[in-house]
Amino acid sequence: MTTTSEYERVPKIRSLSDDPGLPARLKALWETKPGLWGWICSVDHKSIGIRYLFTAFLFLVVGGLEALVMRVQLAGPERRLLTPEAYDQLYSMHGITMIFLYALPVLSGFSNFLFPLVLGARDMAFPRLNAFSYWVYIAAGLFMYASFLMGVAPDDGWFNYAPNSLPPYSPGPNMDFYALGMIFLGVSTTVGAINFVVTVLRMRAPGMSINRLPILVWGTTTASVGILFAMPAVTLAFFMLWMERQFGTHFFGAGGGGQPLLWQHLFWIFAHPWVYIIVLPAMGLVSDALPILCRRPIVGYTLVVLATILTMVLGFGVWVHHMFATGLPLVASSFFSGASFIITIPSAVATFAWVATIWTGRPVFTTAFLYFASFIVMFVIGGVSGVVTAAVPADLQLTDTYFVVAHIHYVLIGINLFAVLGAIYFWFPKMSGRMLNERLGRWAFWITFFGFNLAFFPMHLTGLLGMPRRVYTYPRGLGLEGVNMLSTVGSFVLGIGILLVLVNIWHGLRHGAKAGDNPWDAPTLEWATTSPPPAYNFAIIPAIASRHPLWEGRLGEGSGRSQFDRGFALDHGKEALATTALDAEPDAILRMPDDSPWPFLLTVAMSVGFAALLLHSWWVVAAAVLAVLVYGLLWLWPRRRLLQIAGAGHG
Amino acid sequence: MNPAISPLDLFSPGGAGAHAISPLLWGLVWLSVAVILIIAAAVVAGVVVRSSGARDPAAVKVERSGNGLWWIYGGVGVSIVVLLIFVGWTMLTMAGIAAPSRPVALTIAVSARQWWWSFTYDAPGGSVVTANEVHIPVGVPVHFVLTSPDVIHSFWVPALGGKTDVIPGRANEAWLETDKPGVYRGQCAEFCGMQHAGMALFVEAQSPADFAQWLKAQAEPAAAPGGGDDVAAGAALFVARCGGCHTVRGTEAHGAKGPDLTHVMTRTTLAAGVLDNTLGNLSGWIADPQSLKPGAKMPAVDLSGAELESILTYLKTLT
Repeated sequence: MTTTSEYERVPKIRSLSDDPGLPARLKALWETKPGLWGWICSVDHKSIGIRYLFTAFLFLVVGGLEALVMRVQLAGPERRLLTPEAYDQLYSMHGITMIFLYALPVLSGFSNFLFPLVLGARDMAFPRLNAFSYWVYIAAGLFMYASFLMGVAPDDGWFNYAPNSLPPYSPGPNMDFYALGMIFLGVSTTVGAINFVVTVLRMRAPGMSINRLPILVWGTTTASVGILFAMPAVTLAFFMLWMERQFGTHFFGAGGGGQPLLWQHLFWIFAHPWVYIIVLPAMGLVSDALPILCRRPIVGYTLVVLATILTMVLGFGVWVHHMFATGLPLVASSFFSGASFIITIPSAVATFAWVATIWTGRPVFTTAFLYFASFIVMFVIGGVSGVVTAAVPADLQLTDTYFVVAHIHYVLIGINLFAVLGAIYFWFPKMSGRMLNERLGRWAFWITFFGFNLAFFPMHLTGLLGMPRRVYTYPRGLGLEGVNMLSTVGSFVLGIGILLVLVNIWHGLRHGAKAGDNPWDAPTLEWATTSPPPAYNFAIIPAIASRHPLWEGRLGEGSGRSQFDRGFALDHGKEALATTALDAEPDAILRMPDDSPWPFLLTVAMSVGFAALLLHSWWVVAAAVLAVLVYGLLWLWPRRRLLQIAGAGHG
Repeated sequence: MNPAISPLDLFSPGGAGAHAISPLLWGLVWLSVAVILIIAAAVVAGVVVRSSGARDPAAVKVERSGNGLWWIYGGVGVSIVVLLIFVGWTMLTMAGIAAPSRPVALTIAVSARQWWWSFTYDAPGGSVVTANEVHIPVGVPVHFVLTSPDVIHSFWVPALGGKTDVIPGRANEAWLETDKPGVYRGQCAEFCGMQHAGMALFVEAQSPADFAQWLKAQAEPAAAPGGGDDVAAGAALFVARCGGCHTVRGTEAHGAKGPDLTHVMTRTTLAAGVLDNTLGNLSGWIADPQSLKPGAKMPAVDLSGAELESILTYLKTLT
């Protein structure tokens, strides 16, 4: 029986050889119970991370299929496969799916899996909140997709401009699904971001001062802080939209004195930072993994980290470049135009750091390397097309054309998906204990690469030929036939490439060669434990002496040597170590919560509440709110064995 | 589609605004191409030159070699200089398109709506209203005041200049000037609902003399039905069945929901560019607008074959 005073103890330094029974004891403490109930209650960051990845890929496939249907419709002029209404629902759900249900969650999946491992911790700071953020994510995704089954999916694009999203022009429940779904999803995103930030600040292995963090940690942490600033604007905007739709508050409709442009400001204040939020963690994955495959540390670590943060900060000052055509005063436009040019500079820092890493390294051609190297080029393509539209006059011609469609897809596929696919090849061995097939991987890479560029590079030209976005068809005789056919063919090739990646994953899970602890001979902490890692991650909490703990001997870095076999064991219960925010000195022993059903049940109650809001069943809403309060209370009910006194034992 | 109409592309600017933007736009495009080629070459060359030749990372020694930081300092330094040059060029170009260089010759009120365009001119004999096709005099700046009664649209004629959004509750302004006579295709560029795709417009630039003549002709009310009883019967039927939404000046048809049809036969297209204005298309459009332009606000009016024939007989006279 543990007692309060247990957490005031100074933990003993032990080594694994003194105590061979330690792993078994930790396993019994940390492992999730078997069965469905155990699965529902699990708070293990690794299984939550993999669930995130699996679900995000599911949404990627669904969003991709939506895109393929649209590409068939657009393969030729004046085709009638889809009605305008069906096309509008498809393109809206495609955007919503890819931007909100794939692009961030897939990165959250990696971060969830990797954060405690690369930080040398046993779990995230708030394990139950972590489970909650996953459950709410999938619930909000299913909530929005329920609209599809009823044939009333959102049909005003992911940008959802008012007044077209207001009742006179959109009388059905389409927009209510989107508005409520986004508020719901915002809960998941917000608590997830808080969890990452606190985990980084408090859960690092002793000695991992902030200048020793892997860059993927910087990427996700920076993006998470960005989320905390950006998310309120969009949650508020969607709440106001829902109020206007349900109760006639005149925020956005011009008729009652509202301002249609208010929506655009609130939306883009959120949505432009969001673009950086869904690429910075991906850039972080590349900044960590690419150098490993070039057999050296990244060139310019500090510059790359500062560039990451600067990008996020500047990212909050460029939203108006989505609104240059709205008739704003020139002075305002010129400010945002200048800022949009300047934000290129931190991206240039990252680009040249990657190129320099290749030039001063010895690249090893694994499949992951192919994805990361091509990522650099596509990052540049997506970047420079952004510079073109940063110039107000050029933007006035190009905005709302396929040029911008090309741009956003180079950003989202080039910078997010290619980084993610490379990261899958790179970290799959750690997640599953098995390798992916390199030969199939290279085939899949080239098909994906070729298909993607065939689909999206011609879209730049489609835009320069004047084809507007978001049109369900286009007339003959405007010279748009050829480029659209190329894009359609390319999109199917890309689809085949993605399918091959999925085949490789499926095959790898069953028949992949066994991976050792560190198949890439990588320097960071996740490779210091087994593949897959045990439930408790590290039997002995590692103590860190440099940025590349597993390469120290070879690089001659740091003052001492990192220690893996001797350190804190923390086995008096489900315990983890808290360290100080900057220098990561041991600060307190944390009692981590056990598996818990409340995150799941709370999500169920919230889902019922949101569904009831949609259906105007106000009594059910009231009951759901009550259930949320009760479940929250049970979740937070003080338990004696969780009592904690901070500031306990140094040592 | 009439091949004489300038399409939507940005390769052949035909007016002052587009001329001002074009060098910057293409300068940026070529800069982009250059940057992509340079970085792609650097990556490919680096991969080839520095290849370890290995497929297993553990087989390659880890070392911190070379002074890679110069790549960052050099690359970022050059980027900053190039970016600042383009920022300056952008600001100069913005100043150039902010206002026309000469006083505007004419102001046209544009009402963009789901899913067509209404253009109103102040003419000596009262206002002239036309739809989807706007005539302007060549060689002089023309001022457009843009309003919308429903959702946000965007006014865009690529050969003549950039977009200006049309936002309910606001009156945005734009100006266009053409070099030479011709027809320039335009398009709503902001998603505005089901028939966003079917919301084209056409700018017809004419010599000042031709334009004046056109405006004078458009200012005339519709000729009184003079072609005999058939036309008069068609006119009466039109007023009764179509007049609630459409106006034909000089008759009892005063509707304002749909396009002004006073001189509909002078237009080359129907339904905001969806159909060429032929008698067959006009007949099909009246009989079944929803299959030709799904979602259009024009309802399928319940007309017998004879009634449709009669209305067409009248419409033919609206020249």
